[in-house]
Amino acid sequence: MPEKYMKVERIKHGTVIDHILPTKAFDVLRVLKLSQDRSMSILINTNSQKGGKKDILKFENLELTGEQANLVALISPQATVNIIADGKVVKKFNTEAPGVVRGILTCSNPNCISNQNEPIVSEFRLSPDENHRYVCTYCERDIVDLAKYVRL
Amino acid sequence: MQHVISIHDISVEEIIDVLDRAEKLLPIARGEATTDLLRGKVLASIFFEPSTRTRLSFETAMNRLGGGVVGFAGAEASSVVKGETLADTIRMVSGYTDAIVVRHPREGAARLAAELSDVPILNAGDGAGQHPTQTLLDLFTIRKEMGRLEGLNISLTGDLRYGRTVHSLAIALAKFGNTINLVSPQGLEMPSEVVGFLKKSGMFGTACHSPEEVIEETDILYVTRIQKERFPDPVEYEKVAGLYRVDPELISCGPEDMIVMHPLPRVNEITPEVDAMPQAKYFTQAFNGVPVRMALLSMVMGEN
Repeated sequence: MPEKYMKVERIKHGTVIDHILPTKAFDVLRVLKLSQDRSMSILINTNSQKGGKKDILKFENLELTGEQANLVALISPQATVNIIADGKVVKKFNTEAPGVVRGILTCSNPNCISNQNEPIVSEFRLSPDENHRYVCTYCERDIVDLAKYVRL
Repeated sequence: MQHVISIHDISVEEIIDVLDRAEKLLPIARGEATTDLLRGKVLASIFFEPSTRTRLSFETAMNRLGGGVVGFAGAEASSVVKGETLADTIRMVSGYTDAIVVRHPREGAARLAAELSDVPILNAGDGAGQHPTQTLLDLFTIRKEMGRLEGLNISLTGDLRYGRTVHSLAIALAKFGNTINLVSPQGLEMPSEVVGFLKKSGMFGTACHSPEEVIEETDILYVTRIQKERFPDPVEYEKVAGLYRVDPELISCGPEDMIVMHPLPRVNEITPEVDAMPQAKYFTQAFNGVPVRMALLSMVMGEN
């Protein structure tokens, strides 16, 4: 595609998160808790070559760690993370939903002990029996709509 | 076994171990024999919420085993009223005692306690969450009364949505190979994740709104209280409660050797005339809390 028609500039060094579920890019940003003053491009509902729609996030001069990449999978399990150096993809990996998530989410159950005035780090475990279901270690309830419960 | 927090942490083999040990302790639980098994040990019984059976049976169990009990009943009797956290309370109490029984209004409180305590924690109910010792005493009662713990047809009746004991009981019974019928008023049905588990394990029987529909093939009628506060309209509550009243007439429709269980307290879902019938096992069930909790206390405190 000629450069002049590109909606968003290519990045030289940094990270591209591709194949994010459509409209979930902002939720991914919340999970990653990246500072607001960072240079980034956000594409929402863009056409996917595989068909359908997707979101894309591009960060200049930032290399996501494997752990951060897996946090993306909390919101969008099919997303891919590409590390860019000198304008080329040098590393590409599929995200993997983490088995345990500590301190990132708050429990959706207001009566859970983790939502009280106690010295406690929230913890959720990926249930082995169901697809992409996180269960609170404390109250044993599922958390649905994960993005809504990201600790800010 | 280090802590007793959730029935999900306890394997089928461990459950059988608990029941076998409880069986052996029955004469001591009845006061027919004595023991010094836990002599010199101190149990903390800290109840931040009201309790009759659970607290008294735990304390009886510890006394029957020759140990001592300290504690409080009601948050107002503790430093919680001064703003002390559960975490600090547990750290402090674990320094005084050899095991802690805790009931707390928040779900997950016992799990937090187990993380912070140097001594075993036994969950005596955490909010609408887990109450594992109730499930264990229910299983003990079933095995004792029916002579087996598998191949039974069990009808769970009443508030299956909010009743904290029926969820873990349904799962445990299914793991042992029993068919589960679910009888509840509209709006108080068993949560979908529990129904999903029953279906997946092939142990789901019938779901219906009236006990008459399943009574003929029921081995155990397990009744739970329908809580009035769940109904915005008292007239609606009365209508529903009437449908779920277990009386001699309903029981006569079931098999002769059917038994009736209830975790208690009951309000009016089982009429007093049922109490004298041979099928009524709910007071025996309440007593069974003593040997089962004796078994658990001796296990977590490492005594054989």
